[in-house]
Amino acid sequence: MATATDREALAGIKEEYQYGFAMPEEYVFKARKGLDHEIIDQISDMKREPAWMREFRHRSLDIFLSKPMPTWGADLSGIDFDDIYYYIKPTEKQGKSWDEIPESIKTTFDRLGIPEAERKFLAGVGAQYESEVVYHSLQEQWKRQGVIFLDTDTGLKEHEDIFKEYFGTVIPPSDNKFAALNSAVWSGGSFVYVPKGVHVDIPLQAYFRINAQNMGQFERTLIIVEEGASVHYVEGCTAPIYASDSLHSAVVEIIVKKNGRCRYTTIQNWSTDVYNLVTKRAVAYEGATMEWIDGNLGSKVTMKYPAVYMLGPRAHGEILSIAFAGRGQHQDAGGKVIHGAPYTSSKIISKSISKNGGRASYRGLLKVAKGAVGSKSTVVCDALLLDDQSRSDTYPYIEIDEQDVQVGHEASVSKVNEEQLFYLMSRGLSEEEATTMIVSGFIEPMVKELPMEYAVEMNRLIQLQMEGTIG
Amino acid sequence: MPSELVIKDLRVKVADSDLEVLKGVNLTVRQGEIHALMGPNGSGKSTLAYAIMGHPHYEVTEGDILLDGESILELEPNERARKGLFLAFQYPVAVPGVSMSNFLRTAVSNIRGYTDKPAVGDKPGVIGSNLMPMKEFRAELLQKMDEFHVDRSFARRYLNEGFSGGEKKRVEILQMAMLQPKIAIMDETDSGLDIDALRIVADGVNKLAGPNLGILLITHYQRILNYVKPHFVHVFYNGRVVMSGGPELAATLEEKGYQWVKQQFDEPALVTA
Ligand SMILES: Nc1ncnc2c1ncn2[C@@H]1O[C@H](COP(=O)(O)OP(=O)(O)OP(=O)(O)O)[C@@H](O)[C@H]1O
Ligand SMILES: [Mg+2]
Repeated sequence: MATATDREALAGIKEEYQYGFAMPEEYVFKARKGLDHEIIDQISDMKREPAWMREFRHRSLDIFLSKPMPTWGADLSGIDFDDIYYYIKPTEKQGKSWDEIPESIKTTFDRLGIPEAERKFLAGVGAQYESEVVYHSLQEQWKRQGVIFLDTDTGLKEHEDIFKEYFGTVIPPSDNKFAALNSAVWSGGSFVYVPKGVHVDIPLQAYFRINAQNMGQFERTLIIVEEGASVHYVEGCTAPIYASDSLHSAVVEIIVKKNGRCRYTTIQNWSTDVYNLVTKRAVAYEGATMEWIDGNLGSKVTMKYPAVYMLGPRAHGEILSIAFAGRGQHQDAGGKVIHGAPYTSSKIISKSISKNGGRASYRGLLKVAKGAVGSKSTVVCDALLLDDQSRSDTYPYIEIDEQDVQVGHEASVSKVNEEQLFYLMSRGLSEEEATTMIVSGFIEPMVKELPMEYAVEMNRLIQLQMEGTIG
Repeated sequence: MPSELVIKDLRVKVADSDLEVLKGVNLTVRQGEIHALMGPNGSGKSTLAYAIMGHPHYEVTEGDILLDGESILELEPNERARKGLFLAFQYPVAVPGVSMSNFLRTAVSNIRGYTDKPAVGDKPGVIGSNLMPMKEFRAELLQKMDEFHVDRSFARRYLNEGFSGGEKKRVEILQMAMLQPKIAIMDETDSGLDIDALRIVADGVNKLAGPNLGILLITHYQRILNYVKPHFVHVFYNGRVVMSGGPELAATLEEKGYQWVKQQFDEPALVTA
């Protein structure tokens, strides 16, 4: 086996292999750095928003300024709020040319098998991902069904009444400092409305997964699933996302009405200087099901705890969270389930992998309110540590105000099993291949829930992340 | 020239401990030969198998293991596999979340050298594109699954997870068939099998046996030797090969039991104790 020094040297080489890439530096409009009420007015002017939204933003800014930084999670002291551009309107014009993109980035695209059409956009060469013909025909179909699927800015313009009814109701600006920040400066994201009884068969975003509006740093997503309707929304991609500023703070609000179903899948791979602080929450009414599938790779710090508030009898919430923490990274992820009605059920499965001194924390809240009789919840968190320098912690908070409930909590921390490693190596796999295979197997319960093309890319990404880890 | 595995005066201890398990093993297995190795529980048979394959828990303190005249002691287990060694485990290890076919495709691609070179030109290409082509692999896997009586549904199942004892053993044979080793060590592949499963496994071994394969068959029982005919039989006791002979030795052993061996080879102190 390779010596520890060999491993460190190789890991070092891997760390230097930078595959982030820049967005074009040419913009139609770019507000100055920093944040105050004047900037808010500029944003609102640019967007030609209704007065109520402008006011909402101003109010949110005041809340943001008045709230202290959270001190309970990851270390956020590296964020300089004055050194950030809060609003950039992307240009339609092309930025750099493909020839200017460094070879290492092109190689990463090759190795992940990112489709040609998406590469240019991801590299900041094309301004807009050329949607495939199939997407346009899908959009025709959705239109006939009354499904709305737009970027959030357009959603507000074209469907102000629905928008206003739900916007900010699940996550008010006062929820936390970063929700307030997003509420003040949000731009982009998706607006989805699925009318009563309509089932959207094809995951939204699968054919349309990259577009300039969706890649903002303060995007805001609002999804409404009416009674008996269902939808699967997928965001992100496995290619590393380079942000022009190092703060990403999104808000996602979801309302699932009686007997509706919603699944929200995220795969994100931010470049390793980004603070990724996201508030995601869904309310599920009677008999409704809400599922979060959340994959966090990349970033410097991630704090993200998707939540499901079960507010009607027999509502069901599920959170499947995966975090991969490498050198210098802290993934503080988990989930929250709130049982607010009788016979509600929930499941949280969290899996984390730490290597090269990375740190992964599970932070979860399970709350059963008085009167939520017959509720059931299971929480399982498994951590895999790939070396002795890496770290994993578990912070499970449980508040139960009702007697008649069933709750289970299991947590495990393990290292790569030596017998598995030897077994695989005896079949010709190198130590690195064998370890990678064990890691892939560890997260398979999540990967198998992903749409096919994401699952394939996710497995490749894990392999890429593992390359050079072991001598 | 047939390949040749030579074990010379091999002494092995448990790593991070003083426990010596193998106390001077001598044994030679050539391609085309079938050797049966019989010995009581705890005598060190599995330790020998692990040491040959390079298990990190065991440390060779003296002697050597040579494949075609070259020492393999410094080689990683995967490098030993590349050179044509295979170990069918007494207790195959489950690897949750890893499908049999995904695992086997990677294994075969390594053993057959597909992964030695990048997929296209000098570029690394899409991850996984340098593996054995999917179509070819699938065709071969399915054909061998049928041949070795492993249900096709096992291709998608997670490696050894929830397999019954008999299924695990059959899958070990299937892996051996896919990897086509020169020398295979089969550690109690016959244990825990009902009579039908034993026949299937024995048929499998017989299909694979031939001029290109040398087999070291570790077993407790005569019964598999009713199906698989060894050329040589060795008795293993207290960390050493203590007797060697032809097939008749297995019959004698079956008849007289290990007590007979014990009486001859125990150190006097132990006998009187
Ligand atoms: N890793 C280890 N740590 C401690 N003791 C060990 C270890 N490996 C083997 N031993 C000891 O070495 C001896 C030989 O074990 P081994 O598994 O090789 O026997 P075996 O001949 O294969 O037995 P069986 O027929 O029961 O499979 C036993 O006493 C065992 O307890
Ligand atoms: Mg044994």
